[in-house]
Amino acid sequence: MNADTLPPALAEIRAEFLALEQKERLLLLLEFSNELPDLPARYSEHPDLFERVEECQAPVYLFTEVDDDNVVHLFVTAPPEAPTTRGFASILVQGLDGLRVEEVLAVPDDYPNTIGLAAAISPLRLRGMSALLGRAKRQVRERRDSSAGAGSVR
Amino acid sequence: MSVQVDTSDKFAEYAHPERLVSTQWLAEHLGEPGLVVVESDEDVLLYETGHIPGAVKIDWHTDLNDPVERDYIDGEAFAKLMQNKGIKRNSTVVIYGDKSNWWAAYALWVFSLFGHSDVRLLDGGRAKWQAEGREFTTEETISEPTDYPVVERNDSGIRAFKDDVLAHLGKPLIDVRSPEEYSGERTTAPAYPEEGTLRAGHIPTAQSIPWGKAAAEDGTFRPRAELDALYRDGAGINDGDDVIAYCRIGERSSHTWFVLTHLLGLDSVRNYDGSWTEWGSAVRVPIVTGPEPGTARSR
Repeated sequence: MNADTLPPALAEIRAEFLALEQKERLLLLLEFSNELPDLPARYSEHPDLFERVEECQAPVYLFTEVDDDNVVHLFVTAPPEAPTTRGFASILVQGLDGLRVEEVLAVPDDYPNTIGLAAAISPLRLRGMSALLGRAKRQVRERRDSSAGAGSVR
Repeated sequence: MSVQVDTSDKFAEYAHPERLVSTQWLAEHLGEPGLVVVESDEDVLLYETGHIPGAVKIDWHTDLNDPVERDYIDGEAFAKLMQNKGIKRNSTVVIYGDKSNWWAAYALWVFSLFGHSDVRLLDGGRAKWQAEGREFTTEETISEPTDYPVVERNDSGIRAFKDDVLAHLGKPLIDVRSPEEYSGERTTAPAYPEEGTLRAGHIPTAQSIPWGKAAAEDGTFRPRAELDALYRDGAGINDGDDVIAYCRIGERSSHTWFVLTHLLGLDSVRNYDGSWTEWGSAVRVPIVTGPEPGTARSR
């Protein structure tokens, strides 16, 4: 995969993981997990806005915003007993938040498989992160298309 | 060298009470010579967020599976794992974990494939220990290396393979997945990652008894009478029956295997670990969709 197409924050996160031994990669994921931001008040009172991520066995909810400047904001909530999912979510929040819509949509779908976690946590578990990324991109695409209005192509 | 068993009244009703310990028992016996506590979770980071003092971590995915073959590790790798975790062949091993002990039961089942004789579950698992406000620590557990022997894995008694299941059709077969998985309903939409099976449904003749029915709200096992009602009265399973249980990869069915074998005392229960991920994609095996068990087609 060409690193040039990867947004700088995601590229940096990947480099951070790949620089570590397997066992330390788990601890870095735990650090990310602890850094997952709390929801802003306008959302913590509106769970109805969020989409449940079915592929994650813990109750995980995700919501994207596209502001007037075409910039994406990502919000994810996951319970403390799901630290791995929180870690995945936190990587994506730090890596995607503040990007433009086109940049988010250009993030390769296989990014979760490229950050050196398969051996540390098992490939099966990475599905949860792929699901989060897939849903975030789909929501962003839908918001872009619905705001493009009636005259839009496609 | 075994540590004494938990003689709680609740456990005395089960067929093999020595297979369970309560949180109170564990709190009283922590640190006792001959006892090793193992945490085995679905979530691979949960142990690192805090664990029962002195507990070691064994991860089903990364520790108990062969890295290249879809199978469990061999005797040599198991011995090495035990040596590193400070477990001797005669240690009393108490396993606990998240999700009502799904993954703890899975680890216990794998220990049983290697004939480790004294392996028990903490009734209620991690959640109950936490709910009672008992101690967790992030302090690293340092294990004294042991000389665990190399024991060949024995798959014959408690493990079933696809061909065993085909030959078994007509005898008690339990599907422990959710009703939606059993019936073959799918909640998929474009751009959603898919489960890795080609077909949805269940193995012909399998009865649907979701694994969670054996667990109470707090993750503990239901009392003996309720389990009898569920499996014996409800599903018509009797002593002497040859039973196979399955789920998606064998983890939830390990929980059911534990219940049928150790709590109800059935002698011939096998876990089909290939489960739906194999059966749902295998060539020339029949499936059934919808809520009814269906019948075995004569081949």
